[in-house]
Amino acid sequence: MLILGIESSCDETGIALFDTNKGLLAHELYSQIDVHADYGGVVPELASRDHVRKTIPLIKKVMADANIAKDDIDGIAYTSGPGLVGALMVGACIGRSLAFAWDIPAVPVHHMEGHLLAPMLEDDTPAFPFIALLVSGGHTQLVEVKAIGDYQILGESIDDAAGEAFDKTAKLLGLDYPGGPMLAKLAESGTPGVYKFPRPMTDRPGLDFSFSGLKTAAANVIRSEGIILAGSKSTQNEDAPENVEQIKADIAYAFQEAVVDTIAIKCRRAVEQTGIKTLVIAGGVSANTELRNKLAKLMEKHKGQVYYPRHEFCTDNGAMIAYAGAQRLQKYGDRDLLIKARPRWSIEELPAI
Amino acid sequence: MNQLSVELKDESATVLMGNKLSQAVKTGAIIYLHGDLGAGKTTFTRGVIQGLGHKGNVKSPTYTLVEPYELNSVNAYHFDLYRLGDPEELEFMGIRDYFELNSLCLIEWPERGAGILPEADLDITLEYVDAGRVINLVANNPKGLSILALLEQQI
Repeated sequence: MLILGIESSCDETGIALFDTNKGLLAHELYSQIDVHADYGGVVPELASRDHVRKTIPLIKKVMADANIAKDDIDGIAYTSGPGLVGALMVGACIGRSLAFAWDIPAVPVHHMEGHLLAPMLEDDTPAFPFIALLVSGGHTQLVEVKAIGDYQILGESIDDAAGEAFDKTAKLLGLDYPGGPMLAKLAESGTPGVYKFPRPMTDRPGLDFSFSGLKTAAANVIRSEGIILAGSKSTQNEDAPENVEQIKADIAYAFQEAVVDTIAIKCRRAVEQTGIKTLVIAGGVSANTELRNKLAKLMEKHKGQVYYPRHEFCTDNGAMIAYAGAQRLQKYGDRDLLIKARPRWSIEELPAI
Repeated sequence: MNQLSVELKDESATVLMGNKLSQAVKTGAIIYLHGDLGAGKTTFTRGVIQGLGHKGNVKSPTYTLVEPYELNSVNAYHFDLYRLGDPEELEFMGIRDYFELNSLCLIEWPERGAGILPEADLDITLEYVDAGRVINLVANNPKGLSILALLEQQI
């Protein structure tokens, strides 16, 4: 079964062709970096959300790359939610209409299910059941995955996502937004132990996260050290300490350490609570080296194993949507012509396959 | 009185203040939220939305731009325009549909949508003062004034 996948829930347009026998045939991603190259300069972020202009050309490109004709395609999977409704509508309308025109089924896919199943696109795949940690700019969730479609949310962020806390703290430190990866880089020259930030919500039972307070704790330290907060009117502070760069690096170190520790504590609890020793990590923050090291050590201690999707499938992409859609279409086709876009949608509502 | 200032000593005070405001905006309003990163805009909004009966979390809408809530008395929309490159982008996300009659719109970083966003009934600013915060509410029109009057009865 050959499936065309369309992802358009946020800033990226991702298109892919997945074959249940042959695996991934082709995939394309349209990101802001490409826009800048196309237009020869900086364009408003508007362009990155402009799925309308990019979806069809990318579909043509993956079909040409994989040497696939429309008659070869057995179904279309599109991201139906959760996400920004305007962005979702583009993928949903194109996916549903194209399937109607080609007389094949279309299947609405849950964005987070796509992320959970992304490691299945690799050669070495985790066996069910596993625990999935989803950490990105938009999400922080721990999910127990018993089988495809059988999900239970063990914990999630009650406010800011982990990646968002990284980006916003980076902004407070004067790094360009989104600066999560730059903050991690800055932390490399930080001194351990100079600052100590809280590990939010680890002093009580449960697997929920909260990162908003950590960002505020960082803001308070930055202020008390006399560093001008980004976004303030004055750019020069005559009283600024001389070793300001080292202070920033030390803050970055302490911040990253607090986020990584907090996530690791919750993962350890999830492993102990469920007895499941397989951990899958996806989302943009899963590229963080400190987090990977910490979780690798944790799972080693528990005689378990950690799985990651390859780097390009950690963030939003069409391949994971095509894969997830294929699993559902193998079971049941969706021929009704309703275009489905759901900005709010809990993964626990999904039917098991 | 067209403005009101209250000291908030900690996070729970910010949430409680949001709870109180919620009782004054049950039939909808347009509210701008100002303040630096970490000042408590989302925390305050959590107080408002949970005060209107929402049981779940109130997550930051920074990445999604808007989080919708279907509440008993009103449809609430929590915006964060931080990532907006140009106010015109609001037209591309169908901004007009959100400002229907009787919806409650809480908008963080409204200056990024200047010129396209409708005028606010209420401007709310959260400022750092030592480890706590000060919230300042300013009414811009008769609707804003009546919200402030209702709020004053609560505090």
